[in-house]
Order: sequence, then C-alpha cells, then structure tokens
Amino acid sequence: MRYLTDRKRARGLGAGGTGTHHHWQMMVRSMLMTVLVPLFVITLGLGLGGTQEEVLSYFARPFPAIITGLTLVVGLIHLMNEAQEAIEDYVHGAAEKLTLVAVKAFCYTLMAAGLFALVKIAL
Amino acid sequence: MADVNRGNRPLSPHIAIYRPQMTSASSIMVRITGISLLFFALLVVWWLLAAATSETAFAFIDGLLTSWFGGLLLTLGVWALWYHTLGRLRHVIFDFGYGLDVNVAETLGKGMFIGATVLTVLTLIVV
Repeated sequence: MRYLTDRKRARGLGAGGTGTHHHWQMMVRSMLMTVLVPLFVITLGLGLGGTQEEVLSYFARPFPAIITGLTLVVGLIHLMNEAQEAIEDYVHGAAEKLTLVAVKAFCYTLMAAGLFALVKIAL
Repeated sequence: MADVNRGNRPLSPHIAIYRPQMTSASSIMVRITGISLLFFALLVVWWLLAAATSETAFAFIDGLLTSWFGGLLLTLGVWALWYHTLGRLRHVIFDFGYGLDVNVAETLGKGMFIGATVLTVLTLIVV
C-alpha cells in the first residue's frame, strides 16, 4: 500500500515531464497571435512584389516594421514551443534533447537574423 | 486501488491503433501546419535579410518568391498560417471549456478547413 494519491503518482509522467506552464504560455501566445497573424499577412502581402527600394522604404516605416518584428519574436517563440511539443511526443532519449537544442538554435537564429534585417532597413 | 497494472499501460500518443476521426485529423493538421510554418518563417527572414544586404541577394530570393512556384509556396504557406491560427484558436476555446461536444467539435474542425480556405482566397484577392 502506497501513501501517494493517484494524482501525485501521475505527476511528471507526461511526454514533456512538466507542461502546465508551457501549456498556458501556448494559450497566451495563441491569443496574441490571433491578432498579429491578420495584421502580419496584410503587412507582408503589401510589402511583397515591389522593387528593392520600394521594399526598403516600406519596411522602414514604423507600422510594417513593428508588426513584422512582433510577429518574428512572438510567432517564432510560439512555433518553437509548438515544435517542442511534437519532439517531446515522438522523439526520445538523447535524440530528443539534441533535436530540441537544434530547433531552439534554428528559431533563435531566425529571430536574430530577422530583427537585424529590420533594424538595418529602418536605420 | 488504481495502481493495478502500473507500468504496463499503452503509452500516449498511440495514434497507430486509433480510428481516424474528424477531430483528431483536424488537430494533427494543426501540428503539421505549425511545423511547416517554421520553413516559411525561414523564407520570410531570408527575404528580409537579403533586402537589407545587397541587390544580387535580393534579386535571387525575390525572383524565387514572385515566380509562379514562389506564389504557389506562399499560397500554401498562407493557408497553413490561417489554418494553424484557427486551429490554435479552437484549442483556446476548448481549453476554456466550450465546444467540447462531439458534434460541435466536428463542426469546428470542418470550419477550420473551410475558414482557412476562405481566408486564403480573401488574402489572394486583397494582396
């Protein structure tokens, strides 16, 4: 006879070990992205298809630059966590840890590269 | 006690033995579109960085994205983006405890496919 409750025994046995905070963060960013995605689609759509000078002057304006920057940061963190859930579900052991690190490196690099581009265009 | 057969239970997710359902399929699609969006994020960042860097770099990626193939890719990307947005919105609604009846959930699933397609067409018209 164990003196642990069923709930206590089940704790930490999910694919990700712990996930309540992660899950709530997903929910928060999902709600944020619901507002950002339509704004970003319109912003990027209007920016695409011009000459390089047109693109540069377009993204130098505050609204397109801020929307794109926000989407790059919040959106990529969201997608990174999305990928993390999938990896925790289907990849295990050392491969799981290495894949997680690789995905994080990829996402943070994209964020940095995108923000650098925006700063360079804006200044 | 509930600890009979402990340690010998099937591990989640065991999709292989599951009959495909509207609700599970539409949820799996959320994950697939989410991961494929990482690839589209790479394209967008590449394009921005090229614009900030040089004319030749920009000409290459802009030429690719504005070609018919790039247009097809971006259309798929926009569909994935809209679908994923609606899908995550559905998960938020589920999480708040609404829409969990099977028929409502299935309607929401169909709504995601239809909604994403309508929004993609609208995007193509507006942009």
